[in-house]
Amino acid sequence: MASIQDSAPDAAHVAPAVSTPALMRLALVATGLVVAFGVVPAYATDYWLSSIIIPTIVMGLAGISLNLLQGYAGLVSLGSAAFMSVGVFSAYNLILRAPDLPLPGVFVLAGLIAAAVGVVFGLPALRIKGFYLAASTLGAQFFFQWLFTNYPWFSNNSQSLTISAPRLEFLGYDLQSPHGRYLLVVSVTALLIGLAFLVVRSRLGREWMAIRDMETAASVLGIRVARRKLEAYAVSSFFLGITGVLWGFAYLGTADAHTYNLDKSFQILFIVLIGGTATIFGNFLGAAFIVLTPIVLDHLVLASNVAYLSDQGAITNLQRVIFGAIIIFILIKEPDGLSAWIRRGVEAIRGRLAS
Amino acid sequence: MAALLELHDVSLSFRGVTAIDALSFSVEQGSICALIGPNGAGKSSLLNVINGVYRADSGDIVFDGVRFEAIRPGKAARLGIGRTFQHNALFRRLSVRENVLAGLSRLGQASFIETIFRVGRDAAERRTFAARADRVIAFLGLEAHRDRIVSTLPYGVQKRVDLARALVSEPKLLLLDEPMAGMNQDEKAEMSRIISEVNRTFGTTIVLIEHDVGIVLGLARHIVVLDYGRKVADGAPDQVRDDPEVIAAYLGTVH
Amino acid sequence: MAFFLETLIAGLFAGLMYGLVAIGFVLIYKASGVFNFAQGAMVFLAALVFVSLVERGIPFWGAFALTALLMAIVAVAVEALVLRPLRNRDPLTLFMATLGLSFVIDGTAQFFLGTDVHMLDLGIDDIAQDYGGILVSRFDIVASLIVIALVAVLAAVFSKTRMGISLRAVADDTLAAQSIGIRLPVIWRIVWSVAGFVALVAGLLWGARQGVQFSLSLVTLKALPVLIIGGFSSIPGAIVGGLIVGASEALADIYLGPIVNGSVSTWFAYILAVAFLLIRPAGLFGDREIERV
Repeated sequence: MASIQDSAPDAAHVAPAVSTPALMRLALVATGLVVAFGVVPAYATDYWLSSIIIPTIVMGLAGISLNLLQGYAGLVSLGSAAFMSVGVFSAYNLILRAPDLPLPGVFVLAGLIAAAVGVVFGLPALRIKGFYLAASTLGAQFFFQWLFTNYPWFSNNSQSLTISAPRLEFLGYDLQSPHGRYLLVVSVTALLIGLAFLVVRSRLGREWMAIRDMETAASVLGIRVARRKLEAYAVSSFFLGITGVLWGFAYLGTADAHTYNLDKSFQILFIVLIGGTATIFGNFLGAAFIVLTPIVLDHLVLASNVAYLSDQGAITNLQRVIFGAIIIFILIKEPDGLSAWIRRGVEAIRGRLAS
Repeated sequence: MAALLELHDVSLSFRGVTAIDALSFSVEQGSICALIGPNGAGKSSLLNVINGVYRADSGDIVFDGVRFEAIRPGKAARLGIGRTFQHNALFRRLSVRENVLAGLSRLGQASFIETIFRVGRDAAERRTFAARADRVIAFLGLEAHRDRIVSTLPYGVQKRVDLARALVSEPKLLLLDEPMAGMNQDEKAEMSRIISEVNRTFGTTIVLIEHDVGIVLGLARHIVVLDYGRKVADGAPDQVRDDPEVIAAYLGTVH
Repeated sequence: MAFFLETLIAGLFAGLMYGLVAIGFVLIYKASGVFNFAQGAMVFLAALVFVSLVERGIPFWGAFALTALLMAIVAVAVEALVLRPLRNRDPLTLFMATLGLSFVIDGTAQFFLGTDVHMLDLGIDDIAQDYGGILVSRFDIVASLIVIALVAVLAAVFSKTRMGISLRAVADDTLAAQSIGIRLPVIWRIVWSVAGFVALVAGLLWGARQGVQFSLSLVTLKALPVLIIGGFSSIPGAIVGGLIVGASEALADIYLGPIVNGSVSTWFAYILAVAFLLIRPAGLFGDREIERV
């Protein structure tokens, strides 16, 4: 019996040693790193770092986490924030009960604990599909909020059930200042973005997308669907666990069960849909939208100087209306999310360069 | 030659409606067997039973010396049963190359960690898989479409991608569900040529469903005629063509 | 034993409310394939508008009619501004759109009518009556009768009238229904209006019990487990699912709560729903679909 290896003529797919797209990609990565570690810390004020840049990056990371699960593997989750809370409470207890553990170890372990929890709540995915899956993740959302509220052990028996960020330091560097916290956030994020790219460009990522696009065909080809789905929950929850630690320790400085409520889960869902499914960088656009919209609306309302709006409750509700309307608008007008903007921009630049 | 696939008294029903009724036949190693019969005769259901998408109510199947009553699709794939689909079942947001690579999944040995970090067995698999995918893409003349997203391709090309995806892991048995549906005569002739070349070159045993009797008589060495889930005739093309029951039930009324 | 039964009955009453909200979901899901997260916001909107009208001196039935009219206007607006532009999009996108819609609806309601808690008196006494040693509120009994009557009317409308038959046709096969001349936008407008009316009834009964406040809209979260247990496409299923969730939640709270250190009602229904899914994936009243490949 002949085999495909020796029967067909050699395919002429010999790429040049360094192709132009690869060079361009390298240049983009380098530029990104220079901006993230050089330009931003040099020019951004403390207010910008603490109130806009850090939350945007962390929420973007949360979007990546959910996008791995939903955009790539096609699985639904309405409980992303729950896995973030598992991460932050794990990290808090690790630091409290194993003080010698260095910060990177804390992050990785917190991520792994969240991953294990994610697998447990992902188990129903082996038998049920589609929107029904929302039930188990929504259950996780309420269960962990309940757990961290009803068992003070997790917050070291603190009266308020609140945990506060430990002193953040790594290799003797103090990471308490806005700049320190920014550097922590951006370093962890850079590593996780790298990991996310490794995952989605691996066989694992390809098989996730195959399952997402046509599950029956995937199983007929011998893809181990059940295992891949659980791995998707594990990877996504690993990312979410670490994201939760950053949100609590590097952004807020404090956290309790309510920090990671259903609203947060929905925000993450919005980030994915606004940013675009099955993208990595689009999530940061979605996150910027989520973080900036309330701030911009606040300023607009203040500037408008309408007496009726001096009532804070009215402002909050007006924001709610506008926010909801913008979401519907984006869903209607940009089915592929705001990352379609980037794509169009890149194509426009490429077109100009070519001409 | 010995039989690669044997079905013994296989029955299947949906909510009480019989789709396949105590069906038995066997397919010889290295042959091309065509299933024909009117719509609703149970042809697609039969393929679904063979590779485990549906579970038969009774009866058993022997494939390559392994006997089973029910099998999971993944297990069937790993035993060496490949499959294409009647309706478009490609991974529509992936490129042609990624679809074909996904067809190699049954051979993947690398673990989760090896896969992510591209170490250990994954490194070797990446190379061999890429080479195999490229060769099958060349074999089926899909080079020009290699990096296109499949949902943007014309229907006929998608059908070939489906075949490439099933063929790339070199299964022992290939189940083709209407590989020429919706094609014009030229495209059908081309697909027919490809199928017999696959059979000749790789020795792959093929079971296919096709409505165009002219094509079937030219391509298959063995024909099984189904009607309402029952076997009406089973034999070489000449034999089947002259069978009065077949003419009455099928050939006489269609085309 | 009496305590057990009282707990059970209180739970069943709550379950009836869940079921009522879930019926709104079922109607919309059948007609447009949308899991309408905004159903809870519609319950809240209806209750808040109604109570505000009554507080401004409008008599009960006048306020009821005006609110029902408003819910129909909301339905027409939703069809035109959300559903039609999002036609043929995937269920998750539609779900997200209704999430956005719920922000718009409850934000608008509170922007104009304020965030205060309103007491709502429907004129039904909330007094306990003794039935052979078991205390049951008269309000609960009357409310249950209203719900049962509403369900009976809906069931009759959907099995007997032309509109009901059209709806079932749309639910069975949207394309075929369109090809025989059923106009989807019309069906959607009607069904969302009926769902709005159901939301009004639910809002009044639930609001009279809890006070009209934002938390009314959270009842939507309980609809998911209810629908999973009852099946997404069955009105009786929604009620039965609601009763099961309400009763088991109340009992779990009383008997399981003390063991695990606090009320379990926030998450118990979901665990129950997942357990149901694993045993009976299509719910109690749903059909299992055959996948065609």
